Amino acid sequence: MAKPVQRIGLKHGSGGRAMRQLVEEVFLTLATPVDGVGLAALDDGAALRVGDRWLVLTTDSHVVQPPFFPGGDIGRLSVSGTVNDLAMMGATEPLGLTCAVILEEGYPREELERVVASIRDTAREAGAPIVTGDTKVMGKGQVDGILLNTAGVGLTDRVVTDAGLAPGDLIIVTGTIGDHGMAVMAHRHDLRLSGDLRSDVAPLNGLVRAALRAGGEGVVAMKDPTRGGLAGVLHEMAAKARVGIVVDEPALPVRDEVRAAADLIGIDPLLVANEGKAVLGVRPGAAERVLAALRAHPLGARAAVVARAVAERPGTVILDTGFGKRMLAEPEGELLPRIC
Amino acid sequence: MPAADSSQELKFRDPERARALTEALRRNVEAIGREVSVMHVCGSHEQAIARFGLRAVLPQGLRLIMGPGCPVCVTDGAEVDEAVALARQGVRVCTYGDMLRLPGTSQSLADAHAEGARVDVVYSVDQAVELARAHPGEEVAFLASGFETTAVATAAAALEGPPQGFSILSVHKYVPAAMELVAALPQTRIEGYLAAGHAATITGWAVFEPFARRTGAPVVVAGFEPLDILAALVAVTELIRDRRPEVRNVYPRCVTREGNLPAQRALWQVFRQRTGRWRGIADVPDGNLELTPAFARLDARRRFRIDVAAVRDQGAEAEALGCICGSIMLGLASPSDCALFGRACRPESPVGACMVSSEGQCRIWHTYGGLPDLREVG
Amino acid sequence: MCLGVPGKVIAIDGLKATVDFFGVQRELRLDIVDQPVQVGDYVLNHVGYAIRRIPPEEVGETLALFDQILREAAGAEDLMAADVRGELAAGKPGPGSAGG
Repeated sequence: MAKPVQRIGLKHGSGGRAMRQLVEEVFLTLATPVDGVGLAALDDGAALRVGDRWLVLTTDSHVVQPPFFPGGDIGRLSVSGTVNDLAMMGATEPLGLTCAVILEEGYPREELERVVASIRDTAREAGAPIVTGDTKVMGKGQVDGILLNTAGVGLTDRVVTDAGLAPGDLIIVTGTIGDHGMAVMAHRHDLRLSGDLRSDVAPLNGLVRAALRAGGEGVVAMKDPTRGGLAGVLHEMAAKARVGIVVDEPALPVRDEVRAAADLIGIDPLLVANEGKAVLGVRPGAAERVLAALRAHPLGARAAVVARAVAERPGTVILDTGFGKRMLAEPEGELLPRIC
Repeated sequence: MPAADSSQELKFRDPERARALTEALRRNVEAIGREVSVMHVCGSHEQAIARFGLRAVLPQGLRLIMGPGCPVCVTDGAEVDEAVALARQGVRVCTYGDMLRLPGTSQSLADAHAEGARVDVVYSVDQAVELARAHPGEEVAFLASGFETTAVATAAAALEGPPQGFSILSVHKYVPAAMELVAALPQTRIEGYLAAGHAATITGWAVFEPFARRTGAPVVVAGFEPLDILAALVAVTELIRDRRPEVRNVYPRCVTREGNLPAQRALWQVFRQRTGRWRGIADVPDGNLELTPAFARLDARRRFRIDVAAVRDQGAEAEALGCICGSIMLGLASPSDCALFGRACRPESPVGACMVSSEGQCRIWHTYGGLPDLREVG
Repeated sequence: MCLGVPGKVIAIDGLKATVDFFGVQRELRLDIVDQPVQVGDYVLNHVGYAIRRIPPEEVGETLALFDQILREAAGAEDLMAADVRGELAAGKPGPGSAGG
């Protein structure tokens, strides 16, 4: 039943293998060499040399449905997403953000104002000014409600990529996994679950700044687990650094609500998106003080060491379940609730 | 097992007991003294085994094979074609998420949806009934998939007296029929079976007694926590070692001898067995569940003239392309024996049903890495 | 097949029960559960229907069952060991040794 792929499917946007392949096959053709970290690195952002510092640049489009969900909305999501991408490269003090919006004809103005209020609040929280934008309107049915694109710039003395792991390094996650994706999925699929399932969407630049201050050059890799979840990030880090990664499954921090909802619909929290967490690769000597710095921050209270890099099986991610080890697959396609 | 006190839950995942059970298992297999094959017929068992990395700790002499226990995988292409045809004919089709991407002979419901058909994923059949109630005058057909464990919910919905516009397209299957099929295969070397714990919650374990006597193979009913599965394996290897073709229930918290009588009554009021084609396996006597005449008015196959010709692609039989799902589902081959596995056949581009379903053996092997020896890593 | 998840009943309204899954709650149908259910009971959920009332004593009983299985396995081992000791005492070769 394997047909050649002629049309773009939803899986191409879900952050997993198919999207990675599309980007590699189609979009990478745009890459040209730059003095710094460019398109070819496929990192959270780009880093361009400016004098003796680096200008970090990133862009994101946001199409989340529904636009308002427990714990957040598309406005907070856009600002946090961009601020966090900058932070993942090491730029924790954004110089400015752009905000472009595409609206569907008939979109309620009151809702637009709610979204913008959220953008304003989140930008203030991150200390990131919105400095320019764009507005477009399309006909009814030509776009789904509201579409946001944000771009951001920041400066940093040291760029941290997602490719810096070496065997022996420890991997820290700044808090509980799967929160955002489960909240959105429960809402979107009408799962009729009640309980405190809420997105963790938040700007992390303050948290990351604390970690970098504590760990310095001991922080060797960073990435945030959005679509594709922690599993997606670990696969990328393993592939780019050519190391194996062994995950200590019992050590993974998961909220009870997320665990319960995931069990009910047969989904693994490792594959589920976050929007307010970061994954840090750290040299073993720096781990303790980075962990302490994270835990001292309100957004990092449940930070934990969850994995380590090894020399064996480069490019693969292995899960130690506490009973036996198994491979952790790359996320593929949109996650669906299952009954079997 | 739950508990606001999660220490209870931990007792079914307690590594200490797991180690003791694994050691007991090793000794049983050693005492048997030859390679022994045990089959389970439940996708959720395979999921649990893979998820907890249990295959990495099973003794070398034990072959634990997955049989035709993935209800999605055994749903025939022609059955999916019916659902796709209905959707394309303008009927709103509701389905469990598991079936959404299962290919028919040319399309899946997801494909039909991408082309404009109305397909809704539901978590429970009563959501489909609600949709019909909320849209009077519209036709809402529920693709009723899954084994008897799931069929009882469909039966309950049927008995409740759903609205006019609601209908059921049954592709339900019956597990004991699958076990009979495997046991009857001449190539079968299965010496013991792990019965599906949740299907047995409905049917009870007495149904396996004639089967065990007739085949000479013990049957052990197993739950889904790591300790449940390990304990069941210890029990079945012990029965094999002692040549006792008996039935033993190692999931007493959910399974009783007679099973769930109200659910059985509902099931057999609404459904009856018939021979049906299981994907890749051909005809399984008494393997399918169809609506009884009393519920004909809810039967989508009677209500609609389903134009499958419009969606059927005769030439695209997966088997023609080298797919060996049938053999895999019968435990005669494993995914690594298939030339397509991991190459032409991957989760995002599945050829056979075993790769589509989250409970399909190929999908599980692909996701969890098959049988790599990870003992020495890290 | 069959994702079955246990939860605790916290409210009942006719054939519908609100069930707590230790983090989230959901309404379940009680149409086909095997025994009458009360608030405080544990039930097994499958596709939004309770398919089993799990008797509270079953957790303890299940653990006892696992321990019994372990004892039986150990028991058989001990019997074998006893046989070997007996044979050695009688001057016969034990199992697996050459000759005999």
